[in-house]
Amino acid sequence: MSWTSILADLIGATILFAVPLLLVALGGMFSERSGVINIALEGIMIVGALCSCLTLVGLDKSGFGAAHPQLGMLIAILVAAASGAVFSLLLAFASINLRADQTIGGTALNMLAPAFAIVLTWAVQGQGQTTILIPTWTRITQDNFGIEKADTFFQNLIFKSFYLTTVVAVILFICAYVLMYKTRFGLRLRSCGEHPQAADSVGINVFKMRYAGVIISGCLGGIGGLAFTVAAGSGFQSSVAGYGFLALAVMIFGNWKPFTILGASLFFALFKIIGSYSDSIPFLPSFKNVNSSEYIYLMLPYVVTMIVLILTSKHSRAPKAEGIPYDKGTR
Amino acid sequence: MKQYFKSKGFITVLASVISILVGLLIGFILLIVFNPAYALGGLGSIITKGLSSSDKFAKVLYQAAPLIMTGLSVGFAFKTGLFNIGATGQYTVGAFCALVAGVQFRLPWWVCLIAAMIGGAVWGFIPGICKALFNVNEVITSIMFNWLGLFMVNLLLNNMPMMLANYWGASNKDRTAALASANPSAIIPKLGLDKLFDSNYMNISIFIAVLIAVLIFIILEKMTFGYELKACGFNKDASIYAGINAKRNIVLSMVISGALAGIGGGIYYLSGTAQYTIVKSLLSMGFNGIPVALLGASSPIGIIFAALFISYIQVGGEALQPEYAKEIIDIIIAVIIYLSAFSLLVKNILGKFIKTDTGNVNAEGPAKEPPKPEPEKATEEKGGNEQ
Repeated sequence: MSWTSILADLIGATILFAVPLLLVALGGMFSERSGVINIALEGIMIVGALCSCLTLVGLDKSGFGAAHPQLGMLIAILVAAASGAVFSLLLAFASINLRADQTIGGTALNMLAPAFAIVLTWAVQGQGQTTILIPTWTRITQDNFGIEKADTFFQNLIFKSFYLTTVVAVILFICAYVLMYKTRFGLRLRSCGEHPQAADSVGINVFKMRYAGVIISGCLGGIGGLAFTVAAGSGFQSSVAGYGFLALAVMIFGNWKPFTILGASLFFALFKIIGSYSDSIPFLPSFKNVNSSEYIYLMLPYVVTMIVLILTSKHSRAPKAEGIPYDKGTR
Repeated sequence: MKQYFKSKGFITVLASVISILVGLLIGFILLIVFNPAYALGGLGSIITKGLSSSDKFAKVLYQAAPLIMTGLSVGFAFKTGLFNIGATGQYTVGAFCALVAGVQFRLPWWVCLIAAMIGGAVWGFIPGICKALFNVNEVITSIMFNWLGLFMVNLLLNNMPMMLANYWGASNKDRTAALASANPSAIIPKLGLDKLFDSNYMNISIFIAVLIAVLIFIILEKMTFGYELKACGFNKDASIYAGINAKRNIVLSMVISGALAGIGGGIYYLSGTAQYTIVKSLLSMGFNGIPVALLGASSPIGIIFAALFISYIQVGGEALQPEYAKEIIDIIIAVIIYLSAFSLLVKNILGKFIKTDTGNVNAEGPAKEPPKPEPEKATEEKGGNEQ
């Protein structure tokens, strides 16, 4: 392989893995800036991925998917968003209405989601069948645009791993920024995460705003789950490999702000990809004398995150009221 | 005063029992939905399998011992205001240290357990120091240390040929050596219990775990040291004002919490029946410490019973296969935790009544025992400070 095609692969794969991190971290941002700690993102991702993958399989079997591939993918994305939102209502209900401990509620949902996914996959696909395979038509190829295949840098960069989720992520990122900073809704949402008592005193319904925050995070988390499964490539196996938690780290590292979150997710994804491409990148050490040196590269993103979190923690500014159930009596 | 504690304990137990019953009910509904023909038998095996034979009961105890330890780890951190989601990483590192001490250095079992404790403590220390010095959220750090611990252990094991089973004559090299062939003195003694229960699973580890639970109870409830730790979790600013070194206490809490999880890994893998398998997913035994701690309301004594219960229904769940996926048990456990988040609310409402109660007691004369700080109240207290 020439170095240009390696570079194209590297950038393409980085973007592919940055998409789920970006979406889920943005989701976490909406929830936390409204004042609800959303540790359930991992579970929300799993539920979103589960429902959308089942949808994709259904569309594949009926023949609709092969006929209208990108429309099918869009339906799957909508299903992912809807299922994530419904699942996140469980968190919203416990932490907003019942003022339960948000971390505990989230942990329960994180346990529930993979177990539910395994049980449902068994029930749908038969005993011991734990993988839901994603149909191949979901990928956007040169054929979709009527371009001839060629081994050029840009074609390698774009078409090697191009899915509708990437496009949707870019659109949603812009929407998220505008919604958070340029609309009245965004201002109100943020105020509920900083000082809900003050927000309430000027007539903002804190409960409604927090519900909105959690539901938006559910939508984004669900789509993120689908984006992860698409990126992982080996089908849905009732797990998103800790990406929900990684997205939480991205969100904190991104200081709860959209643009820094974008940077942080690209940064993380790059370090993850360097690990899996370590064999084909010439200037990286290959650790010839070490058995299973892939673990060294698997550890890399976490080590880097740790160092970055330690270095940036002084500037880190979490929403003031996050994690505290709102009680009207405390005004 | 006595009556109040009695009633509070009673409400806690009642709340847990209600959550368990609702959890089992939802599990039963799932059994009916997925495979109605076997549903009743399935529920029966969840409820009765653990007592069906002395071998099964021995297995319940055998799995309960490490669960008690990881439950104590999470519960201890809860009591001191920290959420140690990293118990599974500390458990893995503890298991690794115990096995290295046993297989590579051929040390006796109690030295291996101490090694496990130290390994877990180190893995708890790092998130603790990051929290204390740099104010990095311990939830994020310990999640990352779960993966770091797992990958590091796998990497090291693959580079220590003596640790793997194939060095000792077995064919598979994806797991650690069987202690029986590598170093029998590293196996936790059975003291004839295996003959009594007629089961290979039985050894003294359940007694070790219960003993440590009692020790933790004494530290938390009867010692100044434990009180200081809890005070930090209850209200950090107030405890600093009262002259408690909060930073030191955060680190100490995480170290102790990690050590407990580490011992858990040690007693499971030193049993002689378990071999550590090199996989790329986190060990569930560590994560199950979270439901154990929540179900046991973070109290060491409650944790013992919670661990026995969870181990019991897990043994029942294994009998569900192949008609159902055994993960139905995980759904039941998750529902129980979700409901226990509500039960905190019930207890908080009750707590408001109790507050006026203790107020009266204080008016009559100083109470002998100060009201006990609890993590779930800490959030409420923070909300109060906000205004």
